[in-house]
Amino acid sequence: MWSFPFTLNRQGILGMNRRNVAYISRYNSRGRYPLVDNKLKTKLLAEKFNLSTPQLRAVIHYQYEIATLARQIQSLDGFAIKPSKGTGGKGILVIKNHQEGMFVKTSGKAVTMDHIKRHLSNILAGLYSLAGSPDVAIIEDLIQPAALFEKLSFAGVPDIRIIVFKGYPVMAMLRLSTQASDGKANLHQGAVGVGLNIANGQCLHAVQHARRVKQHPDTQIPLDTIAIPDWRDLLLLAARSYELTGLGYIGADLVVDKNRGPLLLELNARPGLSIQIANGAGLLPRLKTIEGLDPDLIPGADERVDFSMENFGGARSVPGREKSPGLIEATAQRGSDSQSPLR
Amino acid sequence: MSSKTGFYLVVFTLIITGLALGWLRHTNLKIPLWPGQKNPVWLIEARIDFIAAGQPVMVSLDLPDQPPGFRQVSEQAASTGYGFSIVEGSGGRRAEWTRRNAVGLQTLYYKVQMIPDTTGSQELRSKDTPKPSMVYWKELQSTAAQQLVEQAYEKSSTPTSFARELIKQLNTSKPGQNASLLLAEFSLPTLLMRLLNHADIPARLSLGLELQDARRYQPLKPILEIFDHKQWVPIDPRTGAHGLPDNLLLWHRGGQSLLDVSGGSDSDIRFSMIRQTMPEMDLARLQFDRGGLSRLSLYYLPIEEQSVFKLLLLLPVGALVVTFMRLIIGVRTSGTFMPVLIALAFLQTSLLPGLTGFLVIVSLGLMLRGYLSKLNLLMVARISTLIVLVIFLTSMISVLGYELGFNVGLTITFFPMVIIAWTIERMSILWEEEGSREVMVQGLGSLSVAIAAYACMRNPIVAHLTFNFPEIHLVLLALILMMGQYTGYKLTELKRFGAMRGNH
Repeated sequence: MWSFPFTLNRQGILGMNRRNVAYISRYNSRGRYPLVDNKLKTKLLAEKFNLSTPQLRAVIHYQYEIATLARQIQSLDGFAIKPSKGTGGKGILVIKNHQEGMFVKTSGKAVTMDHIKRHLSNILAGLYSLAGSPDVAIIEDLIQPAALFEKLSFAGVPDIRIIVFKGYPVMAMLRLSTQASDGKANLHQGAVGVGLNIANGQCLHAVQHARRVKQHPDTQIPLDTIAIPDWRDLLLLAARSYELTGLGYIGADLVVDKNRGPLLLELNARPGLSIQIANGAGLLPRLKTIEGLDPDLIPGADERVDFSMENFGGARSVPGREKSPGLIEATAQRGSDSQSPLR
Repeated sequence: MSSKTGFYLVVFTLIITGLALGWLRHTNLKIPLWPGQKNPVWLIEARIDFIAAGQPVMVSLDLPDQPPGFRQVSEQAASTGYGFSIVEGSGGRRAEWTRRNAVGLQTLYYKVQMIPDTTGSQELRSKDTPKPSMVYWKELQSTAAQQLVEQAYEKSSTPTSFARELIKQLNTSKPGQNASLLLAEFSLPTLLMRLLNHADIPARLSLGLELQDARRYQPLKPILEIFDHKQWVPIDPRTGAHGLPDNLLLWHRGGQSLLDVSGGSDSDIRFSMIRQTMPEMDLARLQFDRGGLSRLSLYYLPIEEQSVFKLLLLLPVGALVVTFMRLIIGVRTSGTFMPVLIALAFLQTSLLPGLTGFLVIVSLGLMLRGYLSKLNLLMVARISTLIVLVIFLTSMISVLGYELGFNVGLTITFFPMVIIAWTIERMSILWEEEGSREVMVQGLGSLSVAIAAYACMRNPIVAHLTFNFPEIHLVLLALILMMGQYTGYKLTELKRFGAMRGNH
């Protein structure tokens, strides 16, 4: 179904061109891109700032290191191989465990050691990196998803994408891989996107292929009852990535580990726009709210998260949807906008 | 806000400068704004036949020299074994063919292109009045001529009216005794010339060519000219009207003989002519002088470089199309400017053969790439292998096609091989990671952008404007800059986010 441009504008939908011109190029300074485009740098920086990330096991810089690594990973139970400069989840290979010399991917497909070696040399040659430049491969511990997430996803670990604008979390979604998406968490490949209420981490709205869904298509688990535990910690982790990178408009990808709690997976300086579809709401009103704040105030991450939780609860301008308890609460909070301490 | 104003000022300046320079070029150099504006051009061929006597040969032909009502565009001579030059002397322009030794029937050709032009050619006024030539008559004729001249003199006041009166007397249905006597001896134009000179009015017989489309072996026609008001005025010996009919080209005017042949005999000259139409552009190029704005044009580069620039100057149009398709429409392509390069190749191959060739090579390449991925090669080596394979494939297709009688195969070589290799690589990766659907989307996107760019670059008006008015690129630049600031929705986003409405 097609919309008129003014309809989208009224809904506050942020378009690609506007995102690039008015947000990314205005708030993200080019010189800081490597901090997020290079996952290894992000990781090391995050450690410095005391943000938790998945445990780093090895970094492969050179082709000859692949052979020695082959012996190392035999001892690891599950691990993830990532290109340091990969984009859009490209080149990530997640191995759940191994059986009889074969490595089992999260999708259940078994691959050989040779496949892994080839994958590694592809990464080093820069096949997955932005400009085809030579890359390094990162090997991380497999994330043990928390119980809730464990049952939610068809394969792979569900992650939470939070758009952080000038340090304020403005919109969030949970991405669940499906059979259709081949275990990948990208919405356009058929993953389920669950819009999350910034105020409390409850489900607002869920979509697959831009169509509204109520249940996970593979596991049949109802999606509208989802409520993310440790929600404030997740928001705080995302918000603090602003200090980490100095980038004004980023997407933070987080996971919740069974043992370690919220972890920062990676940051993205060009976060996609489909989060709006998952939330059934546009980003623009929230971004404008933040832009309208007094620039002299430099609140800490805690204050920023409080502000966001108070102001961005629930989806805006969604007439006629069934009201969940979370939404009612959020609407009430929005009514008290003017008394916000930050104004 | 001020940066926005500055930006629009720059865009505005670019557009105005581009258009103004283009307009200047158009008005000063008469470069047409549209291609294919055509002017009629007469291609006239003079054919000289003579029999050479085995001696040194020299043939000299009088050439038209700024004939009234016409403008010469080009000339050339074709005659094997002869030296040829054009000599400008006191007797006007003459073509001279020379050869040390020639025997037998000789044929020489001289071709000239003339365009009708009523504006430019002002008749040159000669300062000194030419003397009327002496006329000798037989006794009886002398009296008859004297009487005719006297009668006409009585009824006229100027040389022109005098000539008219004479013509009336000679052209009546029942000419008088005097007239009949003289007409029996001389042809009408010759008689008139003699009578006029007899009456002390300078008159001469020029030779003119009646231009009619697709006539062959035409002789020159004698044209009577009298000197009046300090210039030679052609007069029609039948009606007495002065001035020239539109289709009459004065080839030979006064002066020396029309054709001199030394070292040969039985010479004859005949004219053939056809009416062509010639693009105004070519005419403009043949005529304009160096200097001013024409210095800043590309016509003075060697032809080879010119054709390179012709292609090069089309690239910004392709870039504009890509910018538009990606920013405003929101088409996804594989590789940002790959479609433009493909479109450039289509320009050489033409669309359908190019498209088939491209699809065949890419799909064959994808198949081979499928095998390559099993070989576990490093990426650089893999792309290099692909380049070699792609070149191998294109040569195979070319040779096969040629053997089967299709020339299509040969043009495939215009494709940028490295780009194709990269396209295959990217498509194959895309296939593995995102599935065949994304490959189709991006492949079709790339092809549709390539076809759109091809259609734009192919357009004769676009090709004409970009090459002849290079300043038009300032306008293109301004358009691209403006699109770079476009923050509205892409067309495809209207659908992408439009789906949200259906959810509620």
